[in-house]
Amino acid sequence: MDERHELERVWSDAPGIPGFLSTVDHKRLGIRYIYTSFFFFFVAGLIALVMRAQLSGPNQHVVGPTTYNELFTVHGTMMIFLFNTPILAGFGNYLVPLQLGTRDMAFPRLNAFSYWVFLLAGLLMCSSFFVGHPPNGGWFAYTPFTNKEFSPGLNMDFWGLSVMFVGISSTVGAVNFIVTIFKLRAPGMTLNRMPVFVWAMLVFSLMILFALPAITLASGLLETDRIFGTSLFVPAGGGSALLYQHLFWFWGHPEVYILFVPAAGMISMIIPVFTGRPLAGYVWVVTALVAIAFISFGVWIHHMFATGMPALALAAFSGASLLIAIPSGVQFFAWISTMWRGVVRLSTPMLFALGFLLIFLLGGITGVMVAVLPFDWQATDTYFIVAHLHYVLNGAVVFPIFGAMYYWLPKFWGRRPSERWGRVSFWVMFVGFNLSFFPMHILGILGMPRRIWTYPSGVGWTGINQLVTIGGGLFGLGTGISLVNWAWARFRGEPAGEDPWNADSLEWATTSPPEHWNFTSIPAVIGRHPLWAEKPVPVSASASPDSTFALGPEGALARQTPITNGIETAPEATMTIPHETYLPLLTALGIAVFFLGLLVNGVVVGVAGVALAAMGLMWWAWRTDVDLR
Amino acid sequence: MTRRRPIVGPLLVVVAMTMAACDKRAPNTLDPQGDHARHIAGVWWLMFGLAAGVYLVVGGLIIISVVRGRGTEHGRPSRVGDNAFIWIGGVLVPIAILALLAVVTVTTTRVLDTHRKGALAIEVTGKRWWWDVRYPTFGFRTANEIRVPVGRQVAVTLESTDVIHSFWIPQLAGKTDQIPGQRNVLRFTAERAGTYRGECAEYCGVEHAKMNFVVLAVPSADFDRWAARHAQPPGVPEDELAARGQRVFLREACAGCHRIAGTPADATIGPDLTDLGARRSIGALTVPNDRDHLSAWIVDSQAVKPGNLMPPITLSKADLDALVTYLESLR
Repeated sequence: MDERHELERVWSDAPGIPGFLSTVDHKRLGIRYIYTSFFFFFVAGLIALVMRAQLSGPNQHVVGPTTYNELFTVHGTMMIFLFNTPILAGFGNYLVPLQLGTRDMAFPRLNAFSYWVFLLAGLLMCSSFFVGHPPNGGWFAYTPFTNKEFSPGLNMDFWGLSVMFVGISSTVGAVNFIVTIFKLRAPGMTLNRMPVFVWAMLVFSLMILFALPAITLASGLLETDRIFGTSLFVPAGGGSALLYQHLFWFWGHPEVYILFVPAAGMISMIIPVFTGRPLAGYVWVVTALVAIAFISFGVWIHHMFATGMPALALAAFSGASLLIAIPSGVQFFAWISTMWRGVVRLSTPMLFALGFLLIFLLGGITGVMVAVLPFDWQATDTYFIVAHLHYVLNGAVVFPIFGAMYYWLPKFWGRRPSERWGRVSFWVMFVGFNLSFFPMHILGILGMPRRIWTYPSGVGWTGINQLVTIGGGLFGLGTGISLVNWAWARFRGEPAGEDPWNADSLEWATTSPPEHWNFTSIPAVIGRHPLWAEKPVPVSASASPDSTFALGPEGALARQTPITNGIETAPEATMTIPHETYLPLLTALGIAVFFLGLLVNGVVVGVAGVALAAMGLMWWAWRTDVDLR
Repeated sequence: MTRRRPIVGPLLVVVAMTMAACDKRAPNTLDPQGDHARHIAGVWWLMFGLAAGVYLVVGGLIIISVVRGRGTEHGRPSRVGDNAFIWIGGVLVPIAILALLAVVTVTTTRVLDTHRKGALAIEVTGKRWWWDVRYPTFGFRTANEIRVPVGRQVAVTLESTDVIHSFWIPQLAGKTDQIPGQRNVLRFTAERAGTYRGECAEYCGVEHAKMNFVVLAVPSADFDRWAARHAQPPGVPEDELAARGQRVFLREACAGCHRIAGTPADATIGPDLTDLGARRSIGALTVPNDRDHLSAWIVDSQAVKPGNLMPPITLSKADLDALVTYLESLR
């Protein structure tokens, strides 16, 4: 008991607001990522419902064209940058150290910094509403429309600057994941024993590192055009309108898979647990994830099939885009094969996984269709694409996220959400989703373009649009039911216990919620499914009395965790986990002030921001030991 | 649960196709009236057949895999191992289907890229939010209505002078972007006479939704007659009221932006009005073209198409009446 007290003393954050602002605990930060992302999800979702109200009939006037254009721009931007990407990082933050059997991320303070940057970038974007200039150039912000000449307001500056800003968060987070995964794995957790979700987060992070510079460049150069008057994307000034599209989609297409890969990783965790048998074709699935990462960098032109490039070049990208269906097919059949010889338990997380399978199947099929060059000339920029992208990004990412919430909430809170209401929520969402997004394929085929704020009567679109709106409302209701269910579970849910699902991975080997230090003794991993092999999981033995490498309780007491060799995972050093600190928040605030300066064209504000950030970084670099108390 | 989707999907397609078929004016890509759209519709039906097959088979496998092990303790054994399953379903079958689609892609693209001799040249510039249409062979200009001869290939040169637009006539051809600083060419042949809806498919600002046009495919002889007539500028209005309207047009702000052939008005900021009276609609398909709508448009077009770039024009009732009479007489 004494040891426990001592651990509490060593690991607890300061109580109340100071602890909240200065924590570096990956679990608190991970949860916070998830909460914040869900906030943006529901805001962007409500925006979608307003758009659907506007389109429920011809010539309606719920909102005018100006507002409608702002709404679809913010909906897309928020869903991609402020919900989908960060929520996956949030799950990764919470789960990766637990699944690897270590005590925190490799760079805990960087982790806090990454969260604060994400939050402040989100707030910067939202503040555009309060000054009446929400972004209005589409989430893709094509030039020359977004050049100063055609978009003179601050609207697109809010977009460009927030996108650059939030990119810092993703980049820093990606580095953190990569180092954590390569250096902090528990002894025995060799690469071929890593949970598929960790593999997915590794691929996610590597893809971010290679893809993100392109969007940072695109939005950055757009802003130099807008703020400093260069003309990189201004055709009249000798720039190229199309260059922007290349940069944007060089990030934009991998981004689709950046979102899909972790979602698929979640599914690969859930299906085996609710089938009671290991994932079929583990090596296949991991190879498929890596293959997706590579191929996804060679397909971006398929977003530009109608730009008039030479047919031969287009056909080559058409072929590459078809190719990406193969790794997805491999994963698909690995999942089916897993269930084929197992016993499927239809709990809520599994329902969401099955919903995902049925939705992603169609999204994948329509993806192959739009990769076919001639068909894309008809389909692109129509509701067929709106349907396809929502099958992929809403169906194949949001359904896994909801499944993951139901699956891991008992771990996060130690309490279980209602199973019954979980099922109700799933069914309402599943029916609503298909009712809303399936008919959009037909609207596209019937010639309805995207991003139109209204449409005339007598062109054959009215009835289907009504159906879409009803489905959208139903889908929104379904997500709301889950939200209430989770909120209820947080305070009133039944206790979950350590391992409510009889799962295989290491996060279920510790208490629910886990202690601050995750594991008093670092587990010894003897296979791909530690909990199915032996329960309780054995702990790693210290190498020698002199150098224990923080494997045992003495490591936890010293706020340390072992660093292991990247291949054989033999302990080779220890890492000390810093205490809570305000430096990440301070540095993030400095960068926020800098971006604010760019926004209002205030040199003094900008310089002050840079100074604050620089001060934070230098302090951070020099005061390492102080944070260790 | 899983039974719902596969049935609902195709059912919705059938219902929607029926709904669309009832509405003759739907710009249905699967009711093609030109070679370009017809080839693509063929590709669609091939893919639709494959897709339906794949969805039913794989969806069926998912359902079977869920129910198969029910009631057993450790699931049912299978003669097909995991590896074989993944090889067949995840690799071999997809490769066969994708190879077929790759061949179809290349052959169709080549067919669609065919240049025919004697193609009619048309130039269309996308503007915010209307279309400037020119017939270089005949030397005249119009807006928002494109007349093409049936059975003769047209080569539409697509440009933009402001932002990116995309030129799309769902029933005749797939879309091609209009990008500033670049000239793209779209080739297609209308195969049946009719009036087809055209749309801007690239988001281009406030009134992207109301940037539409019509294509009138007419028999070749009719087209030649029309072109010959339009090559001549309209004469001096004979009607007293129309003559006064012309004076109003040249005196007021109108001539600052619009062009009418045969008059000193030669500006190209707004649409060419040389044959306005013959057009079916005003505001790029926003409202029908009649006296009332035209008057309302001139007085305050912002109430009709919010955000468009034409300022409100203040005119006396008599001047407005004369102006509308003049404009409607231009055919």
